[in-house]
Amino acid sequence: MSNHLQSHAAESGAPLVSDIRPVSHVSRFVNSVVRHGFPDTTRNRSLAVFTNFFLHIHPVKVRVEAMKFTRTFYLGGLTAVMFGILTATGVLLMFYYHPSVPRAYEDMKDLEFVVSAGVFLRNLHRWGAHAMVTLAFLHMVRVFFAGAYRPPREFNWVIGVGLFLVTILLSYTGYLLPWDQLAYWAVTVGTNMARALPVGGDELSFVLLGGNQIDENTLVRFYVLHCVVLPIALAGGVAVHIWRVRKDGGLYIPPAERAQVVRAAPAQTGAHVTSETEVSA
Amino acid sequence: MTTAEFEIAVSDDARKTPVRVALVQEDARPSVQLYEDECVMTFPHLVVRELIALIAASFALVLLALAFDAPLEQVADPLRTPNPAKAPWYFLGLQELLHYYPPLVSGVIMPALVVVALVVVPYFEVNLRREPFWERDREHKLIWVGAVTVVLCGIFLFTGAHPVWPVIVPTLVLASLMVLPAIQGAEAPWLHWLGIRSLAFWGFTWFLASVCTLTLVGVFFRGPGWAFTLPWIDGVY
Ligand code: HEM
Repeated sequence: MSNHLQSHAAESGAPLVSDIRPVSHVSRFVNSVVRHGFPDTTRNRSLAVFTNFFLHIHPVKVRVEAMKFTRTFYLGGLTAVMFGILTATGVLLMFYYHPSVPRAYEDMKDLEFVVSAGVFLRNLHRWGAHAMVTLAFLHMVRVFFAGAYRPPREFNWVIGVGLFLVTILLSYTGYLLPWDQLAYWAVTVGTNMARALPVGGDELSFVLLGGNQIDENTLVRFYVLHCVVLPIALAGGVAVHIWRVRKDGGLYIPPAERAQVVRAAPAQTGAHVTSETEVSA
Repeated sequence: MTTAEFEIAVSDDARKTPVRVALVQEDARPSVQLYEDECVMTFPHLVVRELIALIAASFALVLLALAFDAPLEQVADPLRTPNPAKAPWYFLGLQELLHYYPPLVSGVIMPALVVVALVVVPYFEVNLRREPFWERDREHKLIWVGAVTVVLCGIFLFTGAHPVWPVIVPTLVLASLMVLPAIQGAEAPWLHWLGIRSLAFWGFTWFLASVCTLTLVGVFFRGPGWAFTLPWIDGVY
């Protein structure tokens, strides 16, 4: 691969691979990972974005207007950050947690009194969850007031509504897991509402609870929803959502804040379409 | 294909306008370039900003987690119901509604309506144009706003077990703000600002204000038996 590239570069005379030529085993390894040189040239900076799995959600260049802090307050991004933190701290919590009665509650006590920094870990996860619900809501509010929910972004708004519901469900299923009085009765209030559904309410509540009342079966079901089903659904949804932001033409900027493309006056109908002609509406 | 559907533009800069023929229908695709935006490289400009946002948010969360401990009460006991039993805070708006309407209305119909409304909002013509509400037909619209306000307040006064003040009060406040520029004239900058808001703006703001008021009342002003309490006297339940 490297040889092929080098000979190509030699032929064309372009400095195509001078910056990825292996000079030592270490830099050879580094080059196999990032595949571009130090990002201090425009070319390498482009490569830094579009050869990177995580950064490729961005275009290589972004509009200055779209980057302004007050355009988005980074609310969508911060919601995603919270999701990341919650995943990391959630995995750590799973190392200590058993979804059974009364073990679940005892594990909370262990986190408090036995596990190093256990309280801190629990706090991060708890406040992170509240922050995520809040940020997702604020993100929705800012998208609305910016007018960014309108075509062509209307379906991304619909995806967003779905993401918000999943976020709420994640937080709600997690609420039961400590198995203390607060958890038990807060979840009771909610599941009683599911029962009010005129058709299939009782069945729905039976499926969710794994029985007629909240007990250990419910704990297992909420645990599986909270740790597996809903996070996977949310991760998939967020990926589609952020991909759509690009596909829908990038962040919405009101026309008044953008410079119109200057076009030559329209030619008469039937003009020849030459190599220097652009047709548009 | 009629000629009215497209126009032909000629440019003599071959590098900006490569060999390309594009036929753009009225319903323009987002990828059609209509604007010349000033751009910068994503790396480092955007990536650095995102990194700063990530670090700032993490730092804030760490401070929060160091300062406040997550609550942990007694072990769950199905035989001992706390009074009041409150749902998580983001559901307390719904639980507050439960105080006025039967569960079918407050727990199923109203939330379902809200979700459906949020989903269909961008598909409505009226929201797309976002024209200043008072631009045309001022007298006509004043009557409509008055009528809608009266109907909404009527619904929330009389259909529940108690008057739903957490919705009625925001409704009245927002209706007043809405009509103020139309009857007052819009000299002051803030009146002018209110005067050029769209109908979509007012609708969403009304929804937002009602949701927030219901939630705040549920969180701070409800005690045992869902009775009204003052947080600075009785504390927060
Ligand atoms: C888990 C929750 C969510 C995540 C992680 C998320 C993430 C993002 C990100 C990173 C952006 C880029 C711009 C920005 O930060 O504002 C964005 C844009 C957008 N989001 Fe979300 N979002 C979430 C929920 C929602 C919700 C609840 C809605 C609306 C109901 C929504 C609707 C939109 C729309 C329409 C855009 C395009 C905005 C524009 O073009 O200016 N998203 N989202």
